[in-house]
Amino acid sequence: MKTFEKGKMVPMPSTALIPERDLGKIPVLECYHLGIEFGGLKAVDDFNFTVGKTEIAGLIGPNGAGKTTVFNLLTKVYQPTHGTIMVNGQDTTGKNTVQLSKMGVARTFQNIRLFTDMTVEDNVRVGLHNQVKYPTACGMLRIPPFYKKEKEFHERAMDLLSIFGMQDMADVKAGNLPYGAQRRLEIVRALATDPKLLLLDEPAAGMNPNETGELMENIVKIRDEFQIAVLLIEHDMKLVMGICEGICVLNFGKIIAKGTAEEIQSNPEVIKAYLGNNSMEG
Amino acid sequence: MSSLKKSKLSASAVRDYFSFPLVTAAFFIITFMSSHDMLNKRMQGLLVPVCCYIVMALSLNLTVGIMGELSLGHAGFMSLGAFTGVVVSQSLIDSVPNDILRLVIAIVAGALIAAVGGFLIGLPVLRLRGDYLAIVTLAFGEIIMDIVNCLIVGHDKNGLHIIFNFKGEKTVADLNLAENGTAIIKGAQGAVGTKTIATFTAGFLIIMLTLFLVLSFIRSRTGRAVLAIRDNRIAAESMGVNVMKYKMIAFVLSTTLAGMAGALYGLNFNMISADKFNFNTSILVLVFVVLGGLGNMLGSIIAATVLYILPEALRGLADYRMLMYAIVLILVMLATNNPKVRNLFVKILPKRKSKEGAQ
Repeated sequence: MKTFEKGKMVPMPSTALIPERDLGKIPVLECYHLGIEFGGLKAVDDFNFTVGKTEIAGLIGPNGAGKTTVFNLLTKVYQPTHGTIMVNGQDTTGKNTVQLSKMGVARTFQNIRLFTDMTVEDNVRVGLHNQVKYPTACGMLRIPPFYKKEKEFHERAMDLLSIFGMQDMADVKAGNLPYGAQRRLEIVRALATDPKLLLLDEPAAGMNPNETGELMENIVKIRDEFQIAVLLIEHDMKLVMGICEGICVLNFGKIIAKGTAEEIQSNPEVIKAYLGNNSMEG
Repeated sequence: MSSLKKSKLSASAVRDYFSFPLVTAAFFIITFMSSHDMLNKRMQGLLVPVCCYIVMALSLNLTVGIMGELSLGHAGFMSLGAFTGVVVSQSLIDSVPNDILRLVIAIVAGALIAAVGGFLIGLPVLRLRGDYLAIVTLAFGEIIMDIVNCLIVGHDKNGLHIIFNFKGEKTVADLNLAENGTAIIKGAQGAVGTKTIATFTAGFLIIMLTLFLVLSFIRSRTGRAVLAIRDNRIAAESMGVNVMKYKMIAFVLSTTLAGMAGALYGLNFNMISADKFNFNTSILVLVFVVLGGLGNMLGSIIAATVLYILPEALRGLADYRMLMYAIVLILVMLATNNPKVRNLFVKILPKRKSKEGAQ
């Protein structure tokens, strides 16, 4: 297995940890006291977290800890009841999912949400929706710049699909793809929106160790090539410890630990959350 | 089949674009037949209405099949188009003597008014998730019917006169028309004395225009956004697709086409009342769409043609004709949806099997 070069984590003035190379640049994501309540139940509470401009960060925790809820807050599928989210230094209060996408936040979903009846290429083209534009009337009447822009759609979609070598599958219906390919297509589609921050919700779920290894290389490759930040939720600890620079551990909606892979692995709170009290004593 | 596989067009695209030559061929065959007296009077009378219902089916398929929302009052938009078309055509009868030009103006006017209606309905309803569009369009269809039933419109040299007969006490005399003025819509009687200017050729051209607009809409940036919203609303939103905007574009396009069909329909009859565009008509069009296949434009055309002509063609069976109609409906549903019947088809037709494998 290839080892990945991780950046050294250094504290910012606000005491948040980011990789040293990102110092002096505006962090792509800052959450302050972020929280949401569902009828009294605090699903996420006092979530403070910062992701550097080109950091690969991990969000882990036991089942039901609120990890996906954090993603839904970051993309405004849910409106937070407490706290603020800053994307690239801009406040996102009152913005909706579409506006967050335009600000550069793209995501994949835990339970894959592809446009199953559309082809692989059309899925990516929907991702390119705000990158390539022409008026509706031009499309309906087939007048310029329709053909030129559709060609651009095609070329850019093919470029993106080539990241995972999926050009051959461009004409296949997305719903007919094998499971692993569907997960990869979701990442490609998210990348098509030209994000600054890529949120991956369990990208390695259901993949075998070989595929996971390939995925790890690809995530690092995407970060290096596009110079974007990646925040991922994952249960596969080999992947998380292998590529994540900063890791945040969530339990019952609260952050119980933040730090580098080494710090997290030896943190007693984390071990307690994952293995329970008894094993600590025993 | 191998050539189909190699070509870049998917099977559904081939099917969709096959509609153009098919409709054209049907048009020329029917024109030939009618010019050689091979069609009886009743069939001749059906030609324009069939064209209108095909456009209606295509239009509703855009809402139901492509956008994934149910509209139960599509006849209401047809009604808007029909009465607008009739009023415009009858008032321009002196200033625009050319029938073709007047027909075009009337159709454009009908389409525009129906588009405005669709926009106003969509404005509040398309923001909501769930079946609200079905409920509101259902009510809209009924409201339009009631409003037209109270509407008295006349035209004289001073222009249009419009009064509403809400309490049932007003008549055409209340319009105070000048000499040579004509009443166009007489309340519950509907539009009376309309000069029929709709032709089969116009119907054919409208079908072709609708097909072109709908098919190129689906295969454009906007159409992909609408399909994406249908497939997965949350994913579409997180790709930066403005759900409300694209649903609105699709819905307004759909109601515009319904208005076009309505205008042509209204100008095909000497007299037409608002009751013609009731809930049953909406459901009839929905049946065309569902039986033709959601999102399948060629299917809509065939279903609208067959199911509209069938009750007339079966007139010889007298009392049994609606029974036959129901049996045909059930058979079509079985043939398209029942896996056992489908397997039977696959066994009988070896070619079909390879086609399904290629898809």
